[in-house]
Amino acid sequence: MVGHGDIRVVHRGGSKINSRQPVITQDSRFLLCASGECVKVFSTSTEECVHDLRGHTDAVTGVLLKPSNHLQVYSCSADGTVRLWDFTEGIHIKTYVIGYPVYSIYASAHHEGVIFVVTPMLNDKRSEVFQLVAVHLPQSGDQLVEALELSAVLSDVSSNPSAIGFGNGGEFIASAKGLHLEVFFFKKQKSYRFSLKEDNKKGGKNTFMCVACHQKEDCIATGHEDGKIRLWRNFNHKKEYTYSTLHWHHSAVSSLCFTPEGTNLLSGGLESVLVQWRYNQESQRDFLPRLGSAITHIAVSPDGALFCTSHSDNKITIIQSSVKVSAVIQGLVKGESVRTDLMVDPRSKSLVLNGKPGQLQFYSLQRDKLLYNLDIVQQEYIHESGLEQFEVVKAAFDASGSWMATVEERNQKAAELELNLKLWAFDEQTQSFVLNTTISTPHEARITDMCFCQAADSQTTMLVSTSKDGHFKAWQLSAAAHTEDEGPSWSCDFVGAYHGLVPERCCFSADGSLLAVSFQEVVTVWSPASWELLTTLSQPPQAIRDLCFGRLSCSKYLLGTTASKLLCCWNLLTCSLEWSTTMDVSLLLADPLTENMAAFCFQAGGTDLFVFKPSEPRPLFSHKAVCSGKVTRAIFSPREEMLESCEESSQWLNRSQLHFLTQYMDLMTFTTKAEEDRLLASSRQLVVDDSVAMTPFYLLLGKHRQQDTEDAVSSSLSSDTVPQSSAAIKQLLQTPAHVMPSTSYLCSMFVQSLLISVTDTREENKHAEEKMDSEEEDSEEEMEPSNPRPQQASEGGPEAPALTKAQLRELRRVRKQDHSWSAGFL
Amino acid sequence: MASFKPTKIQVYPKLGEKVTQDTLYWKNYKAPLHIKEFGAITNIDFSPVAPHNFAVTAFTRIHIYGPFSQEPLKSFTRFKDTAYCGRFRSDGQLLVAGCEDSVVRLFDVSGKVALRMFKGHTKAVHVTDFISDRYQILTGSDDYTCRLWDLPNATELNNYQEHTDYIRCGVASKLNRDLFITGSYDHTLKLFDARVDKSVMTMDHGQPVESLLLYPSEGLLVSAGGRYVKVWDLLKGGQPLVSLKNHHKTVTSLCLSSSGQRLLSASLDRHVKVYNTTNYKVVHNFDYAASILSLALAPDDESIVVGMTNSILSIKHRKSLEDSKEISGQQRRRPSYRVFVKGKNPVPKQDDYLVSKPVKQHLAKYDKLLKIFNVTKALDTALATWTRHRKPEITVSVMKELDRRGTLKNALAGRDEQALTRLLNFLIGNMVDPRFAPVLVTAAEMILDIYRSVIGQSPLVDRQLLRLQELLEKEIDYQQDLLEVMGMLDTMFASSFPRMEVPCPGISRANGLAGGDGITLRPQIQAT
Repeated sequence: MVGHGDIRVVHRGGSKINSRQPVITQDSRFLLCASGECVKVFSTSTEECVHDLRGHTDAVTGVLLKPSNHLQVYSCSADGTVRLWDFTEGIHIKTYVIGYPVYSIYASAHHEGVIFVVTPMLNDKRSEVFQLVAVHLPQSGDQLVEALELSAVLSDVSSNPSAIGFGNGGEFIASAKGLHLEVFFFKKQKSYRFSLKEDNKKGGKNTFMCVACHQKEDCIATGHEDGKIRLWRNFNHKKEYTYSTLHWHHSAVSSLCFTPEGTNLLSGGLESVLVQWRYNQESQRDFLPRLGSAITHIAVSPDGALFCTSHSDNKITIIQSSVKVSAVIQGLVKGESVRTDLMVDPRSKSLVLNGKPGQLQFYSLQRDKLLYNLDIVQQEYIHESGLEQFEVVKAAFDASGSWMATVEERNQKAAELELNLKLWAFDEQTQSFVLNTTISTPHEARITDMCFCQAADSQTTMLVSTSKDGHFKAWQLSAAAHTEDEGPSWSCDFVGAYHGLVPERCCFSADGSLLAVSFQEVVTVWSPASWELLTTLSQPPQAIRDLCFGRLSCSKYLLGTTASKLLCCWNLLTCSLEWSTTMDVSLLLADPLTENMAAFCFQAGGTDLFVFKPSEPRPLFSHKAVCSGKVTRAIFSPREEMLESCEESSQWLNRSQLHFLTQYMDLMTFTTKAEEDRLLASSRQLVVDDSVAMTPFYLLLGKHRQQDTEDAVSSSLSSDTVPQSSAAIKQLLQTPAHVMPSTSYLCSMFVQSLLISVTDTREENKHAEEKMDSEEEDSEEEMEPSNPRPQQASEGGPEAPALTKAQLRELRRVRKQDHSWSAGFL
Repeated sequence: MASFKPTKIQVYPKLGEKVTQDTLYWKNYKAPLHIKEFGAITNIDFSPVAPHNFAVTAFTRIHIYGPFSQEPLKSFTRFKDTAYCGRFRSDGQLLVAGCEDSVVRLFDVSGKVALRMFKGHTKAVHVTDFISDRYQILTGSDDYTCRLWDLPNATELNNYQEHTDYIRCGVASKLNRDLFITGSYDHTLKLFDARVDKSVMTMDHGQPVESLLLYPSEGLLVSAGGRYVKVWDLLKGGQPLVSLKNHHKTVTSLCLSSSGQRLLSASLDRHVKVYNTTNYKVVHNFDYAASILSLALAPDDESIVVGMTNSILSIKHRKSLEDSKEISGQQRRRPSYRVFVKGKNPVPKQDDYLVSKPVKQHLAKYDKLLKIFNVTKALDTALATWTRHRKPEITVSVMKELDRRGTLKNALAGRDEQALTRLLNFLIGNMVDPRFAPVLVTAAEMILDIYRSVIGQSPLVDRQLLRLQELLEKEIDYQQDLLEVMGMLDTMFASSFPRMEVPCPGISRANGLAGGDGITLRPQIQAT
């Protein structure tokens, strides 16, 4: 077995941001939300992630602003700790060890130095019964503090964080579970319990879903499973309590929230409509419909200016209180399963998979950011459970990324299957895909596989789809139709079948001259030029599961895996079996850039990875127990910049990266040590400082600093190439103001430093010599990328490659712009 | 917040003929004028001189019509029996016609009585024509002979006895005074030269020849016989150029358009087909009510005249330019587009404060109702009379959308007799349309489920349900027949397709697999 070297399996992006209620800071500039094992701080205006607050070792289960200090935030986690952070700087302040998994956290300004957490019943960690515990936080200077003073407030509470709430400035706490509402008054130290009948006459379901309490009055709003909202009043008496009912939602109310002043009540649920009720004038409602998907949490900023809703499709919407969407923070959408395979868009190099219902998402792996969603189905999505909707089930890109094919399917009853094959052309002007052809019912039964001819130089693009109806069809772009106003569209070119067997997989060879279609246990090889059946290959007795042509030097090999735990490799020149081995390959895929192939093998509850070349008997790399469960989706994505790794075991990661989805829909990848180090370094350099106000001066400096950092990256080795000016600016910015000389002295120096780094257009006319000098400089810079290789080789360490020509040009453009500004200023 | 996505109206590919330049040209005729004659119309001939009157030979008469007259200007009735083949001389002064009684008669167009009678044939004369020198005529007869006659003294100049069956068509060259061609039921075409005593060229058509046509250049000859139209190259010694088989009954008449670019053929199958003379593809098709015996085009294609077996003469005149102008004039009366766009895209000035107004999305009426989940009303809107009749795809799309939303049942339920009748009428009209069937079958099932309990209460609804049942039974029978035909075709294809042998090396043959089987290539309906 080949050693692992330093290759690790790591989580790569796409964590959930909708698991818990997000928090908007006092000044409404940041939004904090729990995301996996960290807390993410987003800017509400730019939607960018400012910090990750890392430190917890298990899932973060709650985020809460510290009531006494609005610049600090508590986070609780299932690892049994509560941590205090300064979110503006991203600094960890304190850790309170509770000792039990914490499921949610509450605090109120009324209770200084006390936080309330929901933990499992103290005697049993595994139990499904939870209690609300008050934790007195000890005043101590240490970073790690053990919180020992725990006192139970309510027992038998729900683990759902939205089922508990403080009311009337912290005078009471209300908790709902099942059909009971319990209110605990701190002053009286007494709790009242109210119950509802299980079902009322009209078949409504009265189960409590969520609770929200008015901050100024004694009023509790509860949401119920049948879509009703009840407003409870006068509940400090056992008998004379009253409630009024509001009903708009048709399914369960999943979240409720009062605005800080208590003038409005917000509610949301599966309908994905945010409803704003006027307090005491409940007949007046405002609606914000079509928010995309079911609302799971609603939060309001402390000043009431912003609302935010988190949605079941891993999205947070920031809404201005005038009921207008101002920003959307969208994470990677992960449903129950990925029905389309993972793909890489050849143009944007982004990961493509199905996300929201009826849409494809384009997700940038490098920036861990959702680029955009493409609406495939183009129909109004009806938010109702139990309704069969169109789903995108297949998608494919051609080699250049100018065509995309999608298959959507709706299967209402077993008998009638609605299928649409859509072909999308990339539009250069709008930089997005535009629908070209819709083929309704391209096949009579479900489409099993679809692929484009990947040959880059071929004149005509061809798409092959295989279906359970026993046919495979080739689709081709045909020239313009009879009338002039229509462009070219796709039509069926060929229908093939083989002995009435069901085709499962299809695959084009690298040059597009061969098409392999697997019909159960038989692989047929066709010539797409003449549609002749060239040969049949078979490895009895089990059906083919995956089919893959080798690339580059291995393009003569065709690899297939069978359900009977066999990996076969045929040589197409001799039409014979080259080798075969027994392994239960759950997924086989080829790297489009190299000869390498990756096979995920399912063995004894875990998955192993083997990377190999079809022509070589020994695997290049193998990794035992990559994850538990089967891996069925994976993809090689090309790297933006090649790695220079010399180690044999990690060479396969040089040109492309392998991403895969585990059973639990976690997106994982393989990294080398060197890569991680570099990533860490760059992340330290590129911390976004959001605190600088947007002034013209900042704009100038900001650009210089960007350029500076880029320069620093490009010339981390040869420090002498760093422009003098940027160093001066750096120094200027880093030095505290009180130790600096007077501004009048500095100013001329500062402007001077700017002048050295760039050539002013006005000065160019006067001083021709300088211009020539600068051009020489430029040409030197341009020369640079061609000769750093030997240097780097001698250094041996990991490093960033030099700037490309385009980047240099961009840099120069930026400098010129700067000067035009300064000229205007002078 | 995304905007409401309107219901997607399924676009179906337009079937049938494509709109081409030819379609536009040949469609540009007025509604036909029908004139009842006394018997089957066997020949129509246009006078070569203005005003281009035409002679119509039908039963025992020849009528001459003016270009726009509905009544005959003149008629020649002095025939003892059925007249045949009334033709004008090139100056339009004389007219010659054969007759069943074997006598050929020559008329002055302005007179009434025959100027000359040519007696000599022993059987009916079906073919007469003027030779291009204007003083001789050509006749062909059922006695297998064709003769040349001298006009001034009514004598027979020559007699050709080469055909072995009835001579039913013939044409004289317009460029050469000595050449003429005859076609006979003995399947041959013969080119005669008056300077020698026998035919100089013989072509085998393969079928009894019914009609002949010479191109204006006289290099090409077109013959019609049986279901075939054949084109012969005379300059290459009668080499067949192309054989067209576009009719499914005997082709009876041929004609060229004035430009020479289009060839028209008329047939007993009631169709007139228009061919492009460069590639001989059918570019247009006319349908008539009865089998066509004769066809003629006026000079400049001003009118198409067709004679049929049911003794109806159909005249179609070309629409004049004024007519087409009138239509466009009507359209211009509406307010111009410019009125609407005025002030639509002003550019804000520098100091202007821009108040952005949300763009109002225009939605169809049913979409507005769907947006507020008013499903019954949405369906009612989609079932409005105009939509239902003119754009059934909209109605069906709305039904499909309702079905997708799971509310089709709600929308269909709770209807009174009138509304239900309208719905059932729509179903009866569109149920068997293969484009709509999948959606409408679901809807029909739901209607039956919902209204099962009230069947029998309204005679109107009951009658419609019975009609629906009848329709479905008929459709099922059709489908069964079609499947049988498909099965038959499949066996035929399977037997006619050559078995393909796959070149397998020894190893893969060991797999025990036979070669590939037949591959069917099927065109696919494709939607854009």
